[in-house]
Amino acid sequence: MLTQRIAQQSLRRLAASQPGLASQSMAFKKSAAPALIMGSSLQARPVTTQPIKPSDSYEILVAQRKNRPSSPHLAIYKWQIPWILSITNRITGSVLSGAFYIFGSAYLVAPLFGWHLDSASMAAAFGAWPVAAKVLTKFAFSVPFTFHSFNGIRHFVWDSGKAFKNATVIKTGWAVMGLTGVSSLALALLL
Amino acid sequence: MAALRTTSRLFAAARPAFKSQIRTRTMATITSNGTATAPAVPPTQTTTVKEPAADADSKIKTFHIYRWNPDEPSTKPRMQSYTLDLNKTGPMMLDALIRIKNEVDPTLTFRRSCREGICGSCAMNIDGVNTLACLCRIPTDTKAESKIYPLPHTYVVKDIVPDLTQFYKQYKSIKPYLQKNTPAPDGKEYRQSKEERKKLDGLYECILCACCSTSCPSYWWNSEEYLGPAVLMQSYRWLADSRDEHKEERKAQLDNSMSLYRCHTILNCSRTCPKGLNPGYAIAEIKKAMAL
Repeated sequence: MLTQRIAQQSLRRLAASQPGLASQSMAFKKSAAPALIMGSSLQARPVTTQPIKPSDSYEILVAQRKNRPSSPHLAIYKWQIPWILSITNRITGSVLSGAFYIFGSAYLVAPLFGWHLDSASMAAAFGAWPVAAKVLTKFAFSVPFTFHSFNGIRHFVWDSGKAFKNATVIKTGWAVMGLTGVSSLALALLL
Repeated sequence: MAALRTTSRLFAAARPAFKSQIRTRTMATITSNGTATAPAVPPTQTTTVKEPAADADSKIKTFHIYRWNPDEPSTKPRMQSYTLDLNKTGPMMLDALIRIKNEVDPTLTFRRSCREGICGSCAMNIDGVNTLACLCRIPTDTKAESKIYPLPHTYVVKDIVPDLTQFYKQYKSIKPYLQKNTPAPDGKEYRQSKEERKKLDGLYECILCACCSTSCPSYWWNSEEYLGPAVLMQSYRWLADSRDEHKEERKAQLDNSMSLYRCHTILNCSRTCPKGLNPGYAIAEIKKAMAL
């Protein structure tokens, strides 16, 4: 301890005799004790701390969470077989069942309103259409029907716990799309 | 020895004072040297240090990175573009991010730790697919610009750092630990056959990076109640464990319309898993176990 004291005092004397060293920091010149001057690398930083209790920091977190944006999702996700076919399956299912319910209810209330929705009059009306309109209408119904049917088989296989490998999912996905294209065209053109 | 130590300490403490003026000189002492008073050489007589010119064979690639700063909550999130020479960058997306942070923009914030795909910190959406930045190679095609987003449909803490509190809470809710009522038969350990152990392969390797859960559209819309692929796969990891004795409780916990059955077999989870695991298959096995 004593030797350290002596060293410190001699350093102070040295510092006092060498203004070049002491003037390195303007901040220290006036306020700081001479003992601080010896370290030429010392810097003064006005640091203030603020005590925060765990409950307070939790409130800060809650306030922050209110501002957090939700990151982008559907718009930025890459188009991939799994989710594109899944959403298509849902859309085609809704279209098919929606069309079924609408036509069913319309058929039910047709006598009340005097509509002619019986098979014979509908076939006659449809037969009077131009060929292009016929094919397009049939195609619009056959695509959702065939897609939903084939993809439904894919879902049944998954429900049995099979064909879950990525490569298999991609292959079956393309197979469903190919089958849908061929069979829906066939239904639209031939039937 | 003790005496020696005190003297050496004395010298160590005194050393700065014994140094010569030149050795201790810092910026503030330049005036004492005399050179600074001389007039500066005009720029016409000195050379110019230019910004490093792009080499002829440099491979400049553009990265667009999602930025949002919580200190400016009113400003909208934005996409910031950066260009890097791929010849001077490591092969992985994480190398690019670290290089941007080190050399271009230190305010860019992202999580990273192990840089080898075992910690799961650097999970993010790169070029539209959730993956670990450390396992994702930078596409060498410099015409294609890479886009980096945080994990989709998560609350953003800052830049590409998502808030995964809900994800971890859900993981905790499935009690991811061995639950036993009976002591071990030999009083030492719970043994498994090789076949029983094999059932856990492909399940226990999950690092909970949340790539799969945040790739699942069903989880995007129902993350409050639907557990998501990662947590369900860990649930199955304990359902498949021959040693666990609380299987019925585990199943009962999942037996409602939301926790498990919001899975519509979209299979984005299996497609995106950076560890090559198959959460979709695990969920299908849970559904089978619940039904049969």
